[in-house]
This record gives sequence, structure tokens and C-alpha cells, in this order.
Amino acid sequence: MDKLICKCGHENPPGTVLCESCGRPLNEQEQNKQLADMRYEGTARRSQTYNKSIIDKIWNFFSSVKVGVGIIIVLLIAAALGTILPQKQYVPATTEADIEAYYTDIYGSVGTVYHALGFHDLYNSFWFIGLVGMLAISLIIASLDRFVPLYRSLKNQRVLRHSSFMRKQRILAEGPGDTDTLKKAEEKLADLKYKVSTDKNGLLAEKGRFSRWGPYVNHIGLIIFLFGVMLRMMPGFYVDETLWIREGETRAIPDAPGYVLESKGFTLETYTGEGEEEKFGEAIDRVGTVAKNYQTDVVLYKIPEGALPGDTADMEMVEEHAIRVNQPFKFDGYALYQMDFQQDELKTMSFALQNKETGESRGDLTIDLVNPETNYELEDGSVVELLGYYPDFSGFENGEPQTATPLPKNPGFLVKMTTPDTPDGETSFITIQNTVEPLGDNDYKLAFQGVETRDASGLTVRKDRTLPILGLGGLIFMIGVAQGMYFNHRRFWIQQQADGSILLAGHTNKNWFGLKKDLDQVTEHASLPAYRDQQEDMEAQEKREGEQLT
Amino acid sequence: MSTEKKRNKKKNRTIMRSVILLLLVAAIGYTIYNSVTADEVEVLKVGDPAPDFTLTDLDGETHKLSDYKGQGVFLNFWGTWCEPCIKEMPAMANQYEVYEDQGVQVLAVNIAQSNFEVETFARQYGLNFPIVIDRDKSVMTAYNIRPLPTTMLVNPQGEIQRIVTGEMTEQDIAGFMEEIKPE
Repeated sequence: MDKLICKCGHENPPGTVLCESCGRPLNEQEQNKQLADMRYEGTARRSQTYNKSIIDKIWNFFSSVKVGVGIIIVLLIAAALGTILPQKQYVPATTEADIEAYYTDIYGSVGTVYHALGFHDLYNSFWFIGLVGMLAISLIIASLDRFVPLYRSLKNQRVLRHSSFMRKQRILAEGPGDTDTLKKAEEKLADLKYKVSTDKNGLLAEKGRFSRWGPYVNHIGLIIFLFGVMLRMMPGFYVDETLWIREGETRAIPDAPGYVLESKGFTLETYTGEGEEEKFGEAIDRVGTVAKNYQTDVVLYKIPEGALPGDTADMEMVEEHAIRVNQPFKFDGYALYQMDFQQDELKTMSFALQNKETGESRGDLTIDLVNPETNYELEDGSVVELLGYYPDFSGFENGEPQTATPLPKNPGFLVKMTTPDTPDGETSFITIQNTVEPLGDNDYKLAFQGVETRDASGLTVRKDRTLPILGLGGLIFMIGVAQGMYFNHRRFWIQQQADGSILLAGHTNKNWFGLKKDLDQVTEHASLPAYRDQQEDMEAQEKREGEQLT
Repeated sequence: MSTEKKRNKKKNRTIMRSVILLLLVAAIGYTIYNSVTADEVEVLKVGDPAPDFTLTDLDGETHKLSDYKGQGVFLNFWGTWCEPCIKEMPAMANQYEVYEDQGVQVLAVNIAQSNFEVETFARQYGLNFPIVIDRDKSVMTAYNIRPLPTTMLVNPQGEIQRIVTGEMTEQDIAGFMEEIKPE
């Protein structure tokens, strides 16, 4: 395609609708319109004009607002479908195979398809990320394609426009004028904070051009926001882990290299309903208990620089801290949140070594379920020897007792009891409420006396280095919105013809009421001819015609 | 405008557009790659240097991974509650007898269990290789171990040669030890 040469002599890029320089309509369609299309100042959206290589075709595809809106709609539908069945992190299965089986078992073939298409982990599915990426490409290319010509056109605008351009503006005034009309109009417009430039017999008054950049600033904000979200997937930028820690345990903090946490204790306080807390009485009566505080007291340690994992000998205490709900423990960019708890897990069990017949006790022993000892010596020389310990006894396999987990949920003990009466020792396998005597009847038994328990705290470990980036993106987005919404780009063109008559045209990208208010003041001050709103005239006429028809 | 100038301009435009598109596609590709691989165990990848650590075994002896440089290290993470771990232990012991003299070291890292449990287990199965206990799970965290058993095969250069999750047969174990034994 060739350049379009306007009657005024200016060369316009192909596809231009209104001459960049004088504003004359450049094609027949535009000539026949009553009002000019001022959307992008009549410039050519760049992509529409070239359509040659594959690169150009891809470029044009993404430049289209229709495509952009289409991508947004597809994303919305996908996100909506993603809420129909639970996402994988809310499914009671951990391994990939189990998760897949779960969807099939519970939801049938729908679940199978749902899982196969990646809806179970929507935000990490490659096609969803791909779509978001395409939206980003669309935002960037569509903005570039519109911003560049618009910027050029607004930067190069001429004061004197062709009368055909002015007559196609919505606000138009024509009529006689005095010798000082232009001067006075310029005064008043400058007074109203317009930037006025003059050329020969005309003037251009302009205000708030920057509001035209609002949508592009807005898009920059969105791109920065998406960039921040993208960074979350890079190692080191975003941590969201769970740490279960039991009272007395010391644990390395996941994804926080060099940091070790010790739990001193978990506390759950409830309101008593007495004294100052009387006001809670009614609620307590209604629901039983009302929690006041969930708290884990922790000690944070740091392994010294250069020390290796597992080398806990000279780790340094950093801080003691109480983690409460909504009051995370923050250190070095990390935050530990109180998220969950588990009360009354077994910690120790106490037994009495009893003669089965007489019921006579030879003494008590306490087994630490977290760190059991081998021998428990009683005062009269009796010894209970621990032969095997199965913290979460789950049955026998090939005659061997098994444990299902490392946690003392259902402890089983294989013990050998030796007393002065039974010097050869008696073997017994003890679980809660059950005793097996595998090698024949025993004279002695371990009688259950009691337990001590401990609580477990579920903490969330979080680090988010992308927050400032997301914040910046959001801020720029809002600046763009405000820029485009609360400010308008208003312009007046005034020309005095050779015979002294005045031709005035006005345009704004929004808020025509404001534009007219400005113009009223100028008209009064400079005795300009009365203006009319061509669009309102057209609408009124259409209405009249419509009424005549009925 | 001359045709040559025009052609130049068109060429520039194509280059410009290609560069922008390429950058954007690269960014998206990288993001997808990251999200797809992030869920897997292998934050550590084959070829990475194996993170050094130091842990104490049942006899009170300290084992530092880097001290075994020049030998292949068969690093097995396990617990007594994990059935496949228990099953592969005797096979590991058998093969250790064969490959110990050829410069392969087996280190079994127990995940935060009590001395009693680990000692009883080792005695019961007659395990001949050092067993260390990762009491605060820091080595487990450093290696990002999720399912048990996981075995990290470390070559004599101290790099991860292979990551095995799940149970191994005795044949597997022999093959893996062959892979990491020094030349």
C-alpha cells in the first residue's frame, strides 16, 4: 500500500482516515460522515495497514481488541469451570496417581476428563498459563499499535485545520466576529488553564492531553502485575509451605535454608465467660466454647554461615517468639503463621509391672514415645526391656509388627519383663487395650497407668518477594485508571476567516458537559457565535423522524 | 519514498516485531516450564552438586558427605514405617558387601526417628552400612525429599547421578552401584 497524500501536501501512512496535519477526511466513507471518527485521531492502527509476512500476521492477530476480549472470555470460562470440582490441593490424596484415581472414583468419567485436561490444577496447567501469556502479548501489542500512531499524531498536530475537519466536529460554531475576538478567546482559554498556540488566523487550545495515555499506563500496570505473578514460579521468590511441629520438636524450616525452629508449646485459650469476659457468656452458652487464642511459642535458630545441614551443634538462637493467629512471626523476609493445630497426641505412657494373680505392683515405668529407652529398671531389681517399639502399630506381616506412620498414634511395645520371681523373663506384646503373650502365659503384666500428651502446631511458612512488584503494578494500574477516568482531553480550534467570521470546533474524549461549560465562559468573554452540539442535533432529528413515522 | 528505503523499513519492522514476539514467547515458555517442573521432587536435578551435610550415625561417628568425594555414595532416605524402605534394606546390605571394596559408600538417612527404633531395626536386619538420623529434617529439606524411599546416587565427583523414588530390587541396586563406582 502506498502513502496517502492529502490535498494539503502532507504524506500520511496508509490506512489513515483523517489527515494527520490538516484533518481533511482521506476516504470517501469518512467524507460522507457527518461527524469525524476521532477515536485515535483518525490515525491508522499500524497493524491494519501491513499484512505481509507470518510475523506480521501473528502481530495483527494479537493487535485485535476482539482477540483480546476473546482471550479474556475463554479465561473466565476456564476459571469458572475450575471451581466446579475441587482443585487438587483440596483432594485427600498426595501422589499424582492417587489424585488421578480420586477424580475418577468420585466423579466418574467427568472426573477423568477434568483431570486429563488439567482443570484439577488449573492455575498451573500449561494451557491456562499459556492463555494468560497470550493475554499479556495481546495487551502489549494492541497497546503499542495504538499508542505509537496516537502519540505521533497528537505530537504533530497543527493549529490550522481544514474547515471540513472542523465542520465534522461535534461542537461547532460559525458566525461573525470582531477584530479582537481571537485575542479575547485566547485570554479566556489561557485563564481556564488551556495550552494555547496560535498560527496566522487561528488558535488551538488544548487541556489534559495526558488523559489520553490512561489506558496505556493502565496496561503497563497490568503487565507488571503479570510479570510479578510469573516471578512467583521462579525459585526463591515465593514460598508457601506447611510445617507441622510438635511440642519439644526441633525442625528445619522448609524452603528457608539455615533456619531451624523449636516448638516450646502450643496453647489454645477459650473465653471463660466470667468477669470481664461476661459479655461472651451468651455465645458460650450457645456454642459451648469460644476460642480466644491459638498460640505456638517457638524459638528460632540459625545455622551459622558455612555450617552444613544436620550440623546443629553450634546453631545460634535468633529469637523467641509467640506466633498467634493473624500475628505471624516475621524474620528475614519469611513469615510463620499459626494455621492449624492438633491436640493431645500421645507423648508418654506409664505402666505398672503387676503380678497378674495377686495384683501386686513391682513399680511404675514411663515410656517416652518420642524417644524410648531400652531398659527400664525398677527398684526391686525388676527390669522391663523394650525389644521393639511400633509407634503406629498396624498389624503383623510375616510375624513382624508393622508401623504405619512414625507418629505415636497407636503405640505397640514388645517387652521382656524380668523380676526376681521370673528371672528368665517373660515376653509380651502390648498395644492399647490389648496384650499378646506370644511365648506362653506370663505371671506378670504391664498394667496401663496413664498418658501424657502433647500438641502439634500447623504453621504456614510464607515468603513473597513479588509483593512489591504486584503492588507497583496495582498502583500503576490505578494511576492509569484515574488518568483516563478523571481527566479529559479537551480541545478547541478557532479560526477567523478573511471576511472576519469565526469558525470554532470543540472536541473532548469524554465529559462533553465540562467542555461546554468551558466554552460557555469563553463565548461570553469573547462574544463568540453561539455553538451547537451536532450529535444532539442529529439525535433530536432522528427522534423527530421516528415520531413522524409512527 | 524510494523502494530501497521502503524495503529497509519493512525489514526493520519485521525484525522489531520478531524480537518482541520472541521475548514474550520466551517469557511464557519459561513460566510454563517452571510451573510444570515445580511440583516434582526434583528441585535438585541430575547433574547438580549434591548438597553437603553432616550427620551422626548410631555409633556416634560423624559422616560428612564431602568426605566421601572420590567414592560413589548411595544415599538412601528411609523410615521404619515405610514398607518398601524395609524391603530394600537387606538387598542394599548384600550389594554393599560387594561394592564397598570398589569404592561405593552406602549412607542410610533415617527421617527423625528415635535411636531406639533405628537401632532395633538395624540389629534386626543385620545392616552393615552406617545409618545416620536426620533429627530436625534439615537434610531431608535440603534434598527436598517427599516420598520415601528416595535414593540419591552421588558420583565420585560429588554430583547427583540419579534420583530414584520408590522401591528398588536387588538388581536395580547392583546396577546403580555399578553406575557410581569410581573408575
